[in-house]
Amino acid sequence: MSVVTFGVALFCSFGTALAGGPWLPENVSTIGEDIDHLYRVIFVITTIMFVLTQGVLVFFIFRYRQRPGRRAAYVHDNATVETVWTVVPGIILLVLAVYQWNAWADAKIRAPDSDEAIRVEILAQQFEWNIRYPGPDGVFDTQDDLTMKNQLYIPRGKPVLVQLRALDVIHSFFLPNLRVKQDVLPGPRNTILLWFDANKSGTYEIACAELCGLGHYRMRGQLFVYTPEEFETWLENKYKAKTPPADWGWGWEDGV
Amino acid sequence: MTNDPQANQVVRAPIHDEPPHPEPTSFWRRWVFSTNHKMIGKQYMMTSIFFLFVGGFLAMLMRWQLAYPWAEIPLIGKLLFPDSGGSMPPEFYIMLVTLHGTIMVFFVVAPLLVGGFGNFLIPLQVGARDMAFPVLNMISYWVFFLSGAVVLTSLFVTGGGAAGGWTVYPPLSVLKEAVPGSGLGMDLWILALGLMWVALTLGSLNFLATIINMRAPGMSWFRLPLLTWAQFVVAVLLLLSFPVAAAGLIMMEADRLIGTSFFLAHGLEIADMAVEAAGGGSAILWQHIFWFLGHPEVYVLILPAMGIVSEILPVFSRKPIFGYKAMVVAMVSIMGLGFIVWAHHMFQAGLNPLMAMAFMTATMMIALPSGVKVFNWLATLWRGSLRFETPMLFALAFVSLFIIGGLTGIFMAALPVDIHIHDTYFIIAHFHYIVFGGSIFAIFGAIHFWFPKMFGRLMSESAGKIHFALTFLSFNAVFFPMHMLGSQGHLRRIADPTVYDYLRPMQDWNVFITLSAFVLGAAQLIFLWNFVWSIFRGKRAEANPWRANTLEWSIASPAPSHNFEEIPTVHRWPYEYSSNGGGERDWIEQAEPITVEASGPVEEGEPA
Repeated sequence: MSVVTFGVALFCSFGTALAGGPWLPENVSTIGEDIDHLYRVIFVITTIMFVLTQGVLVFFIFRYRQRPGRRAAYVHDNATVETVWTVVPGIILLVLAVYQWNAWADAKIRAPDSDEAIRVEILAQQFEWNIRYPGPDGVFDTQDDLTMKNQLYIPRGKPVLVQLRALDVIHSFFLPNLRVKQDVLPGPRNTILLWFDANKSGTYEIACAELCGLGHYRMRGQLFVYTPEEFETWLENKYKAKTPPADWGWGWEDGV
Repeated sequence: MTNDPQANQVVRAPIHDEPPHPEPTSFWRRWVFSTNHKMIGKQYMMTSIFFLFVGGFLAMLMRWQLAYPWAEIPLIGKLLFPDSGGSMPPEFYIMLVTLHGTIMVFFVVAPLLVGGFGNFLIPLQVGARDMAFPVLNMISYWVFFLSGAVVLTSLFVTGGGAAGGWTVYPPLSVLKEAVPGSGLGMDLWILALGLMWVALTLGSLNFLATIINMRAPGMSWFRLPLLTWAQFVVAVLLLLSFPVAAAGLIMMEADRLIGTSFFLAHGLEIADMAVEAAGGGSAILWQHIFWFLGHPEVYVLILPAMGIVSEILPVFSRKPIFGYKAMVVAMVSIMGLGFIVWAHHMFQAGLNPLMAMAFMTATMMIALPSGVKVFNWLATLWRGSLRFETPMLFALAFVSLFIIGGLTGIFMAALPVDIHIHDTYFIIAHFHYIVFGGSIFAIFGAIHFWFPKMFGRLMSESAGKIHFALTFLSFNAVFFPMHMLGSQGHLRRIADPTVYDYLRPMQDWNVFITLSAFVLGAAQLIFLWNFVWSIFRGKRAEANPWRANTLEWSIASPAPSHNFEEIPTVHRWPYEYSSNGGGERDWIEQAEPITVEASGPVEEGEPA
């Protein structure tokens, strides 16, 4: 009875694995294509291994169940098969390890040229994302900086360079549709440089992926991907809408 | 076959070779402050099973919140949270997350495998009358007991228990202002873990001393059962990693208590208030320290489980374990590699990305010995004669579920893929397949298997099979969909998944998982009933009900107070099943003397 249950359960999980396919959300970034490709490669390799090993297991369970008059074989070693099943998976794993170095380097080592990129600073705190653009002067931490809360606007097709820092505890900056994730560390010497791009306009979500306190679940932001023109217009409007220093023609007068 | 020089030599006489004296009759010495390894093993086991239900109950509360965020908890909601109308506040949810992990890892699986089965079985399997240091062993249990009491108390102090996740990353865990659980609850967490690690360190010392020095005559290293080998490897792992982690705990408590800044950078602000700390520390330093313990700890949770399965499969296949020496080499390589892969938990933490590549390659390589073990288990079944009693069902399920957990590990080891799935339910699914599908299934198998030796009775087979079927099905229903949710980007440790637009379409899966989790939880009550009922009413067991070879089956059930009337002499390895030498029987026990007609050319001695 339990043998049958066991087999049925195995078959069901196996079926789900195949029918479900690689269950990734929509991807809209360049690096995401490499990541999804790798995910699929590993999915295929592991599915083959899954089917082979579980298949063998179920087959053995049926084939070698106890039956009257049959005695188990006295076999316990075979140097050849031991070598084969050590060396072959070893080679596969090593190839797999080397195969992904390039994508990793694109994601985290080879930063794009900062001249062509949009630069943004993000300061994470419990439980919000403070986002800052350098303003018309192109310099951060000056009067004309543009700051936003929980809303990040970027142009399509352009690399975005982000400097990340946290104010209080560790957070993690996660863009599910761009396949971007990076922990954000507190403290001045821990600023992290991150980059990504988006190749499709739309509204996406920013999530905090590292437990950061009781409001962790609601540390959500929005990512707006505009066309370059829309983005320029948005930026200009924002600069204009920014309250200028009031010019009323008179200061604080003495003797009034 | 007998090319090992030790094979036919008599290993030096064990220290405890004095004739058995009567067991203590006083209640306290016999049942409470016992120095007998079997009683201590049972005490560890009972305490951990208690914690299994505590940790499981916390998981049920979590699952309720995830399926029905902020809904009133049925029956107990109003009692627990009168202020919020019976729904749990968010700080309570992250406390559940933290303590479920802490309890399951440190108070259930590790003490059950190491404290429970290690203590009970090592002396029996090496052929000794007790541990090398029985009093130390008793102290180990009571320190563990104290530690458990402290962690339970922490649930009820002001601010609640620790709430920084089971990895307690600073600054969240260090700064009281950061989260309510970082008050007294966190101090108690640190104290409890410190005590726990003292307890297991004492245990490990004892295990090493016993396995190295007290093996019965003839019990050479390559005649040790694989479970004892696993315990040996685990004891080494624990001894090397716990002192580092203990230092980390002291640094953390110093940051909290006396104003040091090991883990605090300067200039921190919480809710617009500057944090009073000297600064200059690093939040990542703790992660290195924690995972330098934490990763070997993962192998502490799985190696003894692998050992258990390596004991059960041959007995119920009536066939020797395949590749005995490869199994030993695999365990030792897991131990070695286990110390150089810890940073794979920190790929997205802000490490130098070049360093991550080295850790990734090492991580890929550690999949290899685990793979070899799986192949050897499968080969053990090949041409066997399989019987499907409850221990065997759990052992077979272990192999199946461990394969899934192992394969999903490859996704996470792959650096670029890990960017996306790190800190999602994919990780939750992966490690539950290893620690629940692997370790806990092996533990259930082991409890059914060694129950007769512990209590002199057999557990009910029918209850065992129902428990197995329900657990196996509902376990997969709970954790298999989590791979899918995780791939979609479902974050772990969030109290309310419906906050995110992209997660809302998957909420039905959360409801399905929660309902399955309730079935899984309820199924464990069958086990509990079977366990308690069988202690008193189970069918009486003979000395060797499973027809197994290791030394513990050569003595009466339950094992007598001093184990062996006479220290046995070991003549062969523990997996001599279905060889020609046994005549009508298909097994030859380790201590059976070699008779002229029973010894064929290859059946004695050791595997090549």
